[in-house]
Amino acid sequence: MPILETITILDSADIVRVRQKVRSQTVALGFGLVDQTKIVTAASEIARNTLDYGGGGSVTLEVLESAHRVGLRLTFTDQGAGIANIELALQNGYTTGSGLGLGLGGAKRLMHEFEITSEVGKGTCVTTVRWRQ
Amino acid sequence: MSLSSTSKIADLLEKNETELLRNWLTELEASGLRRDDLMRSTELNQQCHEFLRMFRSAAQHENFSDVQAPEWGSVRQLLTDISRDRAQQGFTSSEVATFIFSFKKPLFDQLKRELAQQNDLLVESIWTVTDVLDQLGLWTTEVFQQAREKVILRQQQELLELSTPVVKLWEGILALPMIGTLDSARTQVVMETLLQQIVETGSQVVIIDITGVPTVDTLVAQYLLKTVEAARLMGTDCIISGIRPQIAQTIVHLGLDLSGVITKATLADAFAIALKKRQLTIVSKASQSV
Repeated sequence: MPILETITILDSADIVRVRQKVRSQTVALGFGLVDQTKIVTAASEIARNTLDYGGGGSVTLEVLESAHRVGLRLTFTDQGAGIANIELALQNGYTTGSGLGLGLGGAKRLMHEFEITSEVGKGTCVTTVRWRQ
Repeated sequence: MSLSSTSKIADLLEKNETELLRNWLTELEASGLRRDDLMRSTELNQQCHEFLRMFRSAAQHENFSDVQAPEWGSVRQLLTDISRDRAQQGFTSSEVATFIFSFKKPLFDQLKRELAQQNDLLVESIWTVTDVLDQLGLWTTEVFQQAREKVILRQQQELLELSTPVVKLWEGILALPMIGTLDSARTQVVMETLLQQIVETGSQVVIIDITGVPTVDTLVAQYLLKTVEAARLMGTDCIISGIRPQIAQTIVHLGLDLSGVITKATLADAFAIALKKRQLTIVSKASQSV
């Protein structure tokens, strides 16, 4: 599958860049306005987690194409502290920081496929896909 | 580096100044650096002339190969000024550095002619000059970058101020039309300005319009909720308007709870609510006369 690009996430200006790139990709792939907004918002949430809890990392944008559908896959990776209890992290209202605790679970609900792998002390990888309706 | 090569260079610079200047200007023109659209050619002549003069006086010192030495102070100052000017005039950083690098060819040519019989001295002189000119070229790039960064920083500050206008819609009704990315620095300014304006105008209703905010994620929502809460503590009601269909759907999926806040799709709807809260009505003249 074609990898479009990888964006490093090292400060909050990079999160803005991630949103812009993801938005322009979804537009190019022909996603509708609601879908665009959902993917961009999910990307914004996960990118901020990568920065705030993962200590920075990167995101890779990929186009998924099969016979009858097109999708955008985002893969966020960091080498941060990792998540000890993923189930708990996905719960609404749970946070170890100062946010609302809705970002990760919210992002999952905004996307079609969502997978977290994490190892404490090694880092976290979030892979998520949304298909064009 | 031996003294002989340094003194040779100083010698040569003094003897052939006019010719060097002429060749340098030709070189600059050939490399497409005479940008008549960005600066006058007399200004360029002046700068080349000035540089040559200062370069010559620096070459007479022993610390020739160390451009950070005090003897090079005036040259560095000149290049700093030139770099800053050009950053503002719209040159690229390579164009600025090439201003110095293009001086190599005329100087090498001159050295070659002068030291044709003394190969060792020629190689040594060329090496010394290359080293110095490279350092000076890098210096201009560094200054150029710093000047650019200052411009960016200034623009950021200006944006911070620009993008947070609080407008009075009616007696006791304020509106805050938000535009763009709500990062933490800006939101802080927005919040402060808004709360300050509430006190100054004694407003009872505030409309925060987010039509111009492209993405509402949990962080943006948190900022909004905090602002609403702070305003409420001051006795002011907040209405959030500009919730477009795609934003509404996203908010639902994120699980954000905005039930404690009055929200409206458009600013007009919000204004109608605000008028109602102030017990004001807008009546059309036609219906009045009936």
